[in-house]
Amino acid sequence: MKKISAKTVEYIAKLANIPVTEKEKQELAEGFNKTLEVIDALFKVDVSNILTIYQVTGMENIFREDEIDEEKMLSQDQALANAKRKYQGYFVVDQILAED
Amino acid sequence: MKLNQLTLKKAIELLDKKEISLDEIYQDIFKVISEKNKILNVYLSIDNHSLEKAKSQKEKPLKGLPIAVKDNFLTIGLPTTASSKVLEGFMSPYESTVTKRLKENGGVVIGKTNMDAWAHGSSTETSDYGPTLNPRNPKYLPGGSSGGSAAAVASDMAIASIGSETAGSIRQPASWCGVVGLKPTYGRVSRYGVIAMGSSLDSPGPITKTVEDAAIILNYIAGDDKNDGTTSKKPVLDYTKNLKKGVKNLKIGICYLDHPKIKNTQAAEAVKKAGKIFEDLGAKVDFILSSQHLQKNKILTHEYAISVYTIVQRGEVSSNLARYDGIRYGNDRSFFGHEAKNRIILGVFTLSNQAKNQEELVYVYAQKVRHLYVKNFQDLFSKYDLLISPTSPSYALPVGATSGDPMFGELQDMLVEPSSLAGICGISVPCFYDEKTNLYLGLNIMGDYFQEEKILQAAFAFEEATNYNSWIKK
Repeated sequence: MKKISAKTVEYIAKLANIPVTEKEKQELAEGFNKTLEVIDALFKVDVSNILTIYQVTGMENIFREDEIDEEKMLSQDQALANAKRKYQGYFVVDQILAED
Repeated sequence: MKLNQLTLKKAIELLDKKEISLDEIYQDIFKVISEKNKILNVYLSIDNHSLEKAKSQKEKPLKGLPIAVKDNFLTIGLPTTASSKVLEGFMSPYESTVTKRLKENGGVVIGKTNMDAWAHGSSTETSDYGPTLNPRNPKYLPGGSSGGSAAAVASDMAIASIGSETAGSIRQPASWCGVVGLKPTYGRVSRYGVIAMGSSLDSPGPITKTVEDAAIILNYIAGDDKNDGTTSKKPVLDYTKNLKKGVKNLKIGICYLDHPKIKNTQAAEAVKKAGKIFEDLGAKVDFILSSQHLQKNKILTHEYAISVYTIVQRGEVSSNLARYDGIRYGNDRSFFGHEAKNRIILGVFTLSNQAKNQEELVYVYAQKVRHLYVKNFQDLFSKYDLLISPTSPSYALPVGATSGDPMFGELQDMLVEPSSLAGICGISVPCFYDEKTNLYLGLNIMGDYFQEEKILQAAFAFEEATNYNSWIKK
């Protein structure tokens, strides 16, 4: 695969919502390129007659009724107990829309 | 003898006979914790009320005995951080299935053990709370990611422990710390309430002093779970029942010893000797040749497994770690350490449509190559009952060995990665001891899907026939 630049790292980091410093961008790009070399080894394998595998132990999809499982319900207090910011029983999140 | 040095089996026996009391055991356990935990950094949190809890569990099978649990299992009453500052102070409102089952059967979670942050690593050096040191020799690393759990057992700070493995994270630290570690078949033990890393790979399992202790713990944690759709409905055996069956007439294949990176190592030498021991015990033992390409009767080496693992695991990590937004719990995403940032960003890339080889998505390509490993093990298990290899290419490495190498973990885990990708089970038992450094090598005994009973029988026979287990005096 083609090499990853610090600019690509910046773009992906934005998608992943990971804050990175200038220094980190450089370091991550270097680390990535080392890792991509390892990944590149893969493409020497001929997989033209091999099916993609999505499970390994013979599993099949399992469905359940769309019902409330009270055992797995949290009370409002429990749900909010670990939140750093809350207001009158709500989670507080950053504003995402501009004011004007 | 101090009572914290008892094996699980022996502790249950002596408590049954009322020859010892829980007070005495906990006294010795807390004594060694107060002496050594500051130095070795094994526990991130300790339950100071565990003795009171233990006393109400006396009549249950695990008798209230203290069990150390890796800090990626959600536990009510003790913080769960996965060794990351993102989750600093997080108190889970619900319990993981594994710890719930342990508690229901009389186990007491005495504390939560250090690990590589988010289980990303093979050294416990990437913990945001500092590295754990190897109790056998504190100049060395304990391995990882379940390094704290292996160290808790090796230092007798717990009677038994729980770890989790994605590729090597139970067996490699067990090998480095000279203890027993069992990685069950994917889906044998529930992942519910375990902080997810590689969801198609993660397998919780026991890390213990002896093989029999691993069988006892597995009895209580294995089995179908309605909260984890990937658990198997296959019945759970009593793994202690036929433990002494031995290896007579079993066909055992020795793997990877001709690989250039393994050949001429002490680990290869030790595994050769292990093969001889199994032969003396009545097994039929063959050497299996390695190959970089899928070939009949040969074992596919790790080179492609490392690539597959890197793609699949990073991809799954990026998806699993997307949920940590710092809104409902924990700190925001700027608290992720270097390794987690690295893996998340690489994972987002490998899952994106920028990551293509010719016209095929890299992730899809990787899952095809993963299929080759599955086929390879299917072929080999049609001829062999068990496969053996070194667990790790080396003894424990010195503290500081991991810094600056983004592929450190993968190279450490090269011998267990193919089996992890295939999802089969394996157990590591001590198979060599170096007097000069006080360090151990591990033997990895692998079995086909859901053949936990067979790998335990072989590991037990090996333990009986050799002198490498530091708790079994002969």
